[in-house]
Amino acid sequence: MISRLEQLKLGALKELDLITDAKEMELWRVNYLGKKSELTGILRSLSSLAVADRKSVGTVANRIRTELEDSLNKKKCNLREIQLAAATREENIDVTLPGRPLPTGRLHPITKTINEVSEIFNSMGFQVTSGPDVEWNYYNFEALNIHDDHPARDVMSTSWVDIKADKNRGPMLLRTHTTSVTARVIESQKPPIRVVEPGRVYRYEATDATHTPMFHQIDGLAVDKGITMADLKGTLYEFARRFFGEGRGVHFRCDYFPFVEPGVEMAIECLVCNGRGCRLCGNTGWLEILGAGMVHPRVLERGNIDPETYSGFAFGMGIDRLPMLRYGIDDIRQFYSNDLRFLSQF
Amino acid sequence: MKISLKWLREYVDITLSPRELANRLTMAGTETEGMQCIGENWTGITIGEITGISPHPNADRLKLVTIDLGSEQTTVVCGAPNTSIGSKVAFAPVGAQLIDGHSGEAFRLKSAKIRGITSNGMACSEKELGISDSHEGIITLPDEAPIGTPLADYLGDVIYDLAITANRPDCLSVIGVAREVAALTEQQLHLPDTSYIEAGHPIEQQISVEITAPELCSRYCASLITGIRVTDSPRWLQQRLLKCGMRPISNIVDITNYVMLEYGQPLHAFDYDQIQGRKITVRRAAAGEKITTLDGLERSLSPDMLVIADQKRAAAIAGIMGGIDSEVTDGTSSVLLEAANFNPASIHRTGSALNMPSEACTRFERGIRPELVDEAIRKATKLIIELAGGQAARGLVDVYPNRQEQEPILLTNEKIRNLLGIDFSTNRIVAALNSLGFTCRTATNPSGVRATAPYWRSDIKQEVDLIEEVARIIGYDKIPTTLLGTTLPSQNPEPMVKLKQMIRCHLRGYGFQEIVTYSLTSLELLGKLLPASSIEPPPLRMANPMTAEQEYLRPNLRANLLTTLYSNRKHEDDSIRIFELGKVYLPRQNDLPDEPEILCALLSGPRQSRSWHEGDNPVDFYDAKGTVESLINHLVTNLDFEKSSDLSLHPNKQAAILIDGNKVGIVGEIHPVVREAFDICEPTYLIEFNVSTLLPFTTGHKMFRTIPRFPAVVRDIALIADRGISHRSIQSIIEDTDLVTKVTVFDVYSGGQIPAGKKSLAYRITFQSPDHTLTDDEVDKVQQQIIGKLSRELGATLRS
Ligand SMILES: [Zn+2]
Repeated sequence: MISRLEQLKLGALKELDLITDAKEMELWRVNYLGKKSELTGILRSLSSLAVADRKSVGTVANRIRTELEDSLNKKKCNLREIQLAAATREENIDVTLPGRPLPTGRLHPITKTINEVSEIFNSMGFQVTSGPDVEWNYYNFEALNIHDDHPARDVMSTSWVDIKADKNRGPMLLRTHTTSVTARVIESQKPPIRVVEPGRVYRYEATDATHTPMFHQIDGLAVDKGITMADLKGTLYEFARRFFGEGRGVHFRCDYFPFVEPGVEMAIECLVCNGRGCRLCGNTGWLEILGAGMVHPRVLERGNIDPETYSGFAFGMGIDRLPMLRYGIDDIRQFYSNDLRFLSQF
Repeated sequence: MKISLKWLREYVDITLSPRELANRLTMAGTETEGMQCIGENWTGITIGEITGISPHPNADRLKLVTIDLGSEQTTVVCGAPNTSIGSKVAFAPVGAQLIDGHSGEAFRLKSAKIRGITSNGMACSEKELGISDSHEGIITLPDEAPIGTPLADYLGDVIYDLAITANRPDCLSVIGVAREVAALTEQQLHLPDTSYIEAGHPIEQQISVEITAPELCSRYCASLITGIRVTDSPRWLQQRLLKCGMRPISNIVDITNYVMLEYGQPLHAFDYDQIQGRKITVRRAAAGEKITTLDGLERSLSPDMLVIADQKRAAAIAGIMGGIDSEVTDGTSSVLLEAANFNPASIHRTGSALNMPSEACTRFERGIRPELVDEAIRKATKLIIELAGGQAARGLVDVYPNRQEQEPILLTNEKIRNLLGIDFSTNRIVAALNSLGFTCRTATNPSGVRATAPYWRSDIKQEVDLIEEVARIIGYDKIPTTLLGTTLPSQNPEPMVKLKQMIRCHLRGYGFQEIVTYSLTSLELLGKLLPASSIEPPPLRMANPMTAEQEYLRPNLRANLLTTLYSNRKHEDDSIRIFELGKVYLPRQNDLPDEPEILCALLSGPRQSRSWHEGDNPVDFYDAKGTVESLINHLVTNLDFEKSSDLSLHPNKQAAILIDGNKVGIVGEIHPVVREAFDICEPTYLIEFNVSTLLPFTTGHKMFRTIPRFPAVVRDIALIADRGISHRSIQSIIEDTDLVTKVTVFDVYSGGQIPAGKKSLAYRITFQSPDHTLTDDEVDKVQQQIIGKLSRELGATLRS
């Protein structure tokens, strides 16, 4: 009986080897493993055998059954692999053809820069706020210690709106700096204050490679008890480190802005010559990045913040210059001519 | 302001290199914007004297010039017309670096045979030395120029271009800068002697001065010098003026300019004999009063302007420019010299009103101190006697109605610590202030100093001003660097900032390029949008437009976007999708304009970037609308559209965007007439909505909805309806039926087998119950209800 089983197995496996399609395979399965197959018959008749034979025949028959089933599965897999391989060989494409394009949009480099700068200050607790582009003389100038005949006005040539002046707040103008928002924040908020104010600013100036009648700035303000110039330096240094990268030299020097005292200007090591001196930096090795200072006590007083109790710092910088320096753009007008061949590079 | 290092050295010993000095000044607030080193490359060039001139044997126009260099004699070939025996010249030996007189390029001098004679060097022109553009002849140096000395030691200099901040008019002078240098380098200041012999008659017998507008003139001082001779200034004086960017005119005028540069006090010289009535009145101009100024132009004055008048007429516009009638000329023999102090605001207004900026005006309008007058008028008088001869009258006229003493200001150590974040000892504070000329008395309780500003400083008004002085002298680099340790303000991000960010990011994801356009525009451009009617309300106009293109504040973004599309279409024929998110400016009564944030986007060209994958179907209305749906569905739930009537859009291809029934924007095709006005050839679609109006609907958040537990049943139906029946009306009927959870239109078709005037619409309807699995019977029943209702209310029938 056992030798019959072994014979059966050999015959079955030989036959299985020759099979090449699924139909034959099913026939084979019915023949050797089906309900009516010899093997099933033997297994079913085990009970009729002698106790001694029953165990040995049963073991062999079950083993052979498992072997045949495994071989069948293997064969099935083999066959499928061969089929798929054949079918795959037929599926042939030119992988060098371009992919299906997804629409690609981009943000304007000015927006990207404002976002980047705002995020850096945001992480130091400064919140983005905003104010009007069309502003009263008061917030743009008076509240910031820039009275009508202040020489600082000459460098901020103003575009005036053709509307009757307000009794208290003076004529209407296009803000010449985002510091006007600082004036509004000082008037409307109570310390602790930490804000940044990005936005459009305007100058009454002829257009050339370094001037446009409209450009962008970001101003910032921190007011609380105990804010010092050391905090100003630390905060702005941290900004420079994160925007321009670790290891870039930064210095703070004395400068004058009517709404701060002491006044500060921050410069970074020139991005082109790394401090050796070149045309971009006027051979100084330094690039002026922003103006800052401790908020002038009279500016705080005008906003009803007591300068004996509170102190603060303010800063302001041009946005457009940052991508110009970073990408080597030499004409500011590019930002506003909106040529897609320019914009799609950012 | 241009400052010569050589001149500066007269008042202070310079202990730093020119570059270090520039840096030290810059760090302390006097920014060096430029630095010109004269004689930097003059290695080997020495001063020589011409001792012999003989003709060149082979050339008529050339000469052989023998030059004595002290230690040796040398002969050079020279073609300059101005050689003469005894003149001092600049000799460049072979190897010296010079500038080519014709090309302007730098070159190294080589030994050369000129018409058969070897020249071992040359006598240089100013251009060859890089001093000026003059190349007509060689430079001739003053007689006192020492033979054999390197030229760089004699003529070399460094010219600093300093940006003086508006608060420091005292630094618009060589002495002012010297004071800074002295303080920053701990050196002593040496002031020039200003004494002179007063040999003439007492001045008050010869001129009197009255100030009738003391609010505009706090001090008027004059000296009188008689018997002078007006000529050119000596070379050294001319050179100094030229180095500082001023043109020499005559000795008298040059002296007033020189002393202004030296002390920072503007001066004016009148021809004394032209002063009618021997009396000066400092008064407001009469309305319409005329004066012809030195530049030959007649100026019309107004009563807010100050004039220096004699008994007949205005002789000068105070602080701005003198009159031509009292100008110092070659024939002038007596000079009345004025040094005065005028109201800064008034000078500023007058200077701008007459459009007459000047060096004097710059100094007055920044508020110089009246005390400057004393030394300046003495120095100028002294120089006139020395350089133009004559006698100075005894005494000065000095009318000083507004004398104001500097008051001491208390500066406490505590305030310094609180503001700078560092403690400085009282000694250090006093040392810093003393070096700048402040007088200090230490104070106790609170501890600190009482400091009085020196007479020349007009910018020190309160404690913080003193703190800046201390900080900048000790150095900003000594202040530590700390991060804010104060209370973090409560964080309430402005919702508008976030919303704008989100809209921009989504549109970028949808393939739109962001653009940024100017806020100012022209009526002409806006007029292209609404050919027939005018813009309401009229946009805000600028009072001083720079150009006609920048005259009005934009009331919409459309015009700028269409212009941008047009300009890009010149070089791009592929898909263009652009947007701008920015403010428009809408006038309001008696207030600043409303500045809502507007999103405006345009789509034109093929739906997808041209590729080998798909055909280039152009975008249509539904691309624009789909963009709005995708975008706004992220923000709000109750988005809807209804037909609209915007005149700039195609009358039948536009829809208002509604949220909870409120109109927030519009989507549609640009009207072909408008499109053509902008020279755009292809259909263009516009999305526009008011982000500020949208904002209130976007706050808050949606609630979570459970995922249905029971399976959905999906059925497709095809309908035939009149062409006038809108999808919207069919959809509402289907949607309003029980168990329907979703309706999607997946085919719209007309023509072919569809009868004329009809269209076919196919819908996929999803049925679902929250509490049980639906049976086919249930769904059939609901579907019959729907079809019945569609047929009754809209006359739509099932397509067989
Ligand atoms: Zn550089």
